[in-house]
Amino acid sequence: MSAKAIGEAVSGAPSETATPLKTQLRRAERLKKLKYGALIAPLALFLLLTFLWPIGALLMRSIENPEVPEALPQTLRALAGWDRQALPGEDAYAALVADLTENKGSRTLAVAAKRMNMEEPGFRSLFMNTARKLPLEPGVDAREGLLEIDSQWGELGTWQLIARNGRAYTDYFLLAAVDLYRDGAGNIVQADPSASIFVDIFVRTFWMSLIVTVWCVVLGYPVAYLLATQSSRVSNLLMIFVLLPFWTSILVRVAAWIVLLQQGGLINMGLISLGIIDQPLQLVFNRIGVYIAMVHILLPFMILPLYSVMKGISPTYLRAAVSLGCPPFKSYWKVYFPMTIPGLAAGGLLVFIISMGYYITPALLGSPKEQMASYFVAFYTNETTNWGMAAALSAVLLLATLILYFVYNRLVGSATSGARPR
Amino acid sequence: MKQKQSTMKLLALAAGMLTIGAAQADLTVISFGGTNQKAQVKAFYEPFTKETRIAIVQGEYNGEQAKIKAMVDARNVTWDVVEVESPELARGCEEGVYEKLDYSRIGNKKDFLDSAIRECGFGFFVWSTVLAYNADSLKVAPTSWSDFWDLKKFPGKRGMRKGAKFTLEFALMADGVKPAEVYKVLGTKAGVERAFKKLDQIKPHIQWWEAGAQPPQLLASGDVVMSSAYNGRIAAAQQEGRNLKIVWTGNIYDVEFFALPVGVTQRDAAYKFLATVGKADNQKVYSSEIPYGPTNLKAMAQIPAAVAAELPTAPANAKTAVASNTSFWVEHGEDLEQRFNAWAAR
Amino acid sequence: MIPAYASLSERIWFYAFRVGCGLILLFLVIPILVIIPLSFNSDSFLIYPMSGFSLRWYEEFFFSDTWTHALKNSLIVAPFATLLAMVFGTLASIGLTRVDFPGKALVTAILISPMVVPVVIVGVATYLVFAPIGLSGSYVGLILVHAALGVPFVVTTVSATLQGFDYNLVRAAASLGANPVTAFFRVTLPLVAPGVISGGLFAFGISFDEVVVTLFLASPEQTTLPRQMFSGIRENISPAIAAVATILTIFAVLMLLTLEWLRGRSERMRTSASNR
Repeated sequence: MSAKAIGEAVSGAPSETATPLKTQLRRAERLKKLKYGALIAPLALFLLLTFLWPIGALLMRSIENPEVPEALPQTLRALAGWDRQALPGEDAYAALVADLTENKGSRTLAVAAKRMNMEEPGFRSLFMNTARKLPLEPGVDAREGLLEIDSQWGELGTWQLIARNGRAYTDYFLLAAVDLYRDGAGNIVQADPSASIFVDIFVRTFWMSLIVTVWCVVLGYPVAYLLATQSSRVSNLLMIFVLLPFWTSILVRVAAWIVLLQQGGLINMGLISLGIIDQPLQLVFNRIGVYIAMVHILLPFMILPLYSVMKGISPTYLRAAVSLGCPPFKSYWKVYFPMTIPGLAAGGLLVFIISMGYYITPALLGSPKEQMASYFVAFYTNETTNWGMAAALSAVLLLATLILYFVYNRLVGSATSGARPR
Repeated sequence: MKQKQSTMKLLALAAGMLTIGAAQADLTVISFGGTNQKAQVKAFYEPFTKETRIAIVQGEYNGEQAKIKAMVDARNVTWDVVEVESPELARGCEEGVYEKLDYSRIGNKKDFLDSAIRECGFGFFVWSTVLAYNADSLKVAPTSWSDFWDLKKFPGKRGMRKGAKFTLEFALMADGVKPAEVYKVLGTKAGVERAFKKLDQIKPHIQWWEAGAQPPQLLASGDVVMSSAYNGRIAAAQQEGRNLKIVWTGNIYDVEFFALPVGVTQRDAAYKFLATVGKADNQKVYSSEIPYGPTNLKAMAQIPAAVAAELPTAPANAKTAVASNTSFWVEHGEDLEQRFNAWAAR
Repeated sequence: MIPAYASLSERIWFYAFRVGCGLILLFLVIPILVIIPLSFNSDSFLIYPMSGFSLRWYEEFFFSDTWTHALKNSLIVAPFATLLAMVFGTLASIGLTRVDFPGKALVTAILISPMVVPVVIVGVATYLVFAPIGLSGSYVGLILVHAALGVPFVVTTVSATLQGFDYNLVRAAASLGANPVTAFFRVTLPLVAPGVISGGLFAFGISFDEVVVTLFLASPEQTTLPRQMFSGIRENISPAIAAVATILTIFAVLMLLTLEWLRGRSERMRTSASNR
């Protein structure tokens, strides 16, 4: 590196021989850094705009909570000093009536009502119906008027919920993503078992990824070994068996597995006609189908890095061990296997990381019991338009993935040098 | 130099391709796809295009409101007319997602069923979720939702729509709740528990479906012996020669709507489209293509008796039916769907 | 090969190993091959034995608006996404392999990160950010995100190629009077072309097979081939799906052959360079 730099510095600036060589060198080095840094800049900027910014914004959404402050500003001001122990004073009631009257029929109110309905079902209609019946007759007391419309306004919980959502940021979604919530007094407590699901889902995501990874290792290791030890003619030919599925659309492979595994599918027909079973087996829309298809899709990601590592191991090591009297299997285990661990780790982590984010395969081949974290992100985004919840689940999933990615990077070294097989 | 020219050409081509779709003044109509959409094409899209020379871009979705909400938020509305179910319509109307309709541009309100005229949506057909079964695989015909739950008498898998809506109602009816009282019971915490408990009984035997095209498919292939299904889809499969049968006892019917997202760009064309949809002649064609009931009262009178008997609106079919309770689902939809999702995933 | 002096157990192990590997390799390809004949089935069941040979499902593909529209969209989105990923990715790879700076590992990790972040998150995130600025439901939005997803593959392949690249060649070009741009196009690019093209093919493959982001970002006008397949598979696995699958598999074979050819070419170039 420095030799090159010297060459450049000398040929590039002959007139400046007056300045010390060291300074010149440093300047040239800096210039070079700038020049090549400028080449990275467009991509960095591009990813910043199309990738990092959206993800940052998504993560922010998991704590943003603007709906209630926008719809009930006066009420929240009146509740500012409230201790949340007993019902608030008259001024809070008056402020609420004013807020609701002002925002009656507006989108702001509907959105706030929806937000509160997430935490306490029934709040949407409490707000919408109350607003519909406002303004109160002149001279009617705000508290009495509200209580007349709905007795829920006389409940402490109602007011606690409003107060809890009074700030522009909330930990509600993040807590909910790990099955926790804040009770009326603001303490963090475990969610009701009928509603708590996400811890189980994350465990399931982890567990299914682990199973898939283990199967990929079990099936991928021998194949990679075979490929690495054959002559290049044979191994190139066999490599087609690995690369063809690798390049074939995931949807094609999913469709193929449905055709093979369904009730009247080829495997069931075959087993029945061979007399092995009389009733078709349930092979798809359950865990088995998802595992089979995921292993099929991810196996090349295991084989390729393993192959590239094994290819670099000279067979002479093994021969040396055997010739020194070590039995074949033992020498294999003691000599060859340890050298393949980097490939095993790289492939395994790659498969594991990809599995964690799987959506398409469980969605098409699984029942609700096979859905992983990604499905719930999509569910909250599309079906209940609860984007805060989608963001919070994303945050947890992303955190888990990034930790694994960090480990992966450590193991593989600089990602540029070998993350991509071949 | 030559290289530069060809680069320029490529860029021009690129720019041209990117504007495809943006510049056309087509009307984008989004519906639930499948047979339903095919019937809409014949009954509404084709007459509309013939009359106005405006082409229709068809799209399909499964009723998710997120995209529409995002479009409206962004003031970049690319969908002009959207088919919506009634709770989503009511919610969307409150939250400012759907435009308030000007009925003077659609037709005479008196010509339509009362339930079809909503502030933000124009009801254009009456559909029903029914119990359907494959008569080839079941020797004895099931007659009610209790039979649907009877695993001994009718062994095999059952299909149900993956969602709380209607699934919970069916569970309660199977548990002996009278059709008229379903929503009263479901409105209580104990009622919800009761419904989920009833669902637990057949949970391992349920094959969940999401798109309306799936149940006839699942029934025909023998993957399930019976299924909840949209009556129109079953009828379409019958026409294709499948031996599928409908049990009308305890069916749940609702009106389906067309709505315009707030800030729709092709407003004039969209209203013209709604007017086309409202016409009795077109609705008659629609009902004969797929047996969903018309909302235009005149169309109802013109429909031949054989077709009319297959509609959810036929007196015999409506006798034990439940009208879907929109305000219940507006109120409890999000909560129950989440609860259902958590339950199903376990 | 197995040596003549191998014991019986070694022989058994040798053959068992091979049979096992053979089965695993069959597991990898058979599902893909099984679906192809079914696309020529004359009736609408995906079951063997087939009732007869027919091209009706291909007709359905090529003459239905839905499928041709989807194909057209895929052929608009994927090439542009590839082009963007290739240009940005190649430039950045050159920069990355030529300089060292503090935090380089971090920058590299960020440039590669679209490969590891779960696609659903990318889909939801870009959708929520792009929608307010009018980029959801547009070709541009879809192309940008697909390009971002393809970038890591370009960066890794091109970087790997550049690691074997001899920069003295560029210096030689410069000393002979070529300006940096000429040197890049006449010297660097032809030599790293195989890497750039394979990176591009990867990016193309990613975009051409992408469903999840498309599910969120595309409106019906931008429905791509995989997106259409997704609804098709969910609703009704007909031989039409098998026909599309067959077309896509042929496409995969073409990609694979191109890549193999490129690899062979670059290997030859490398060996001839080292023999010099």
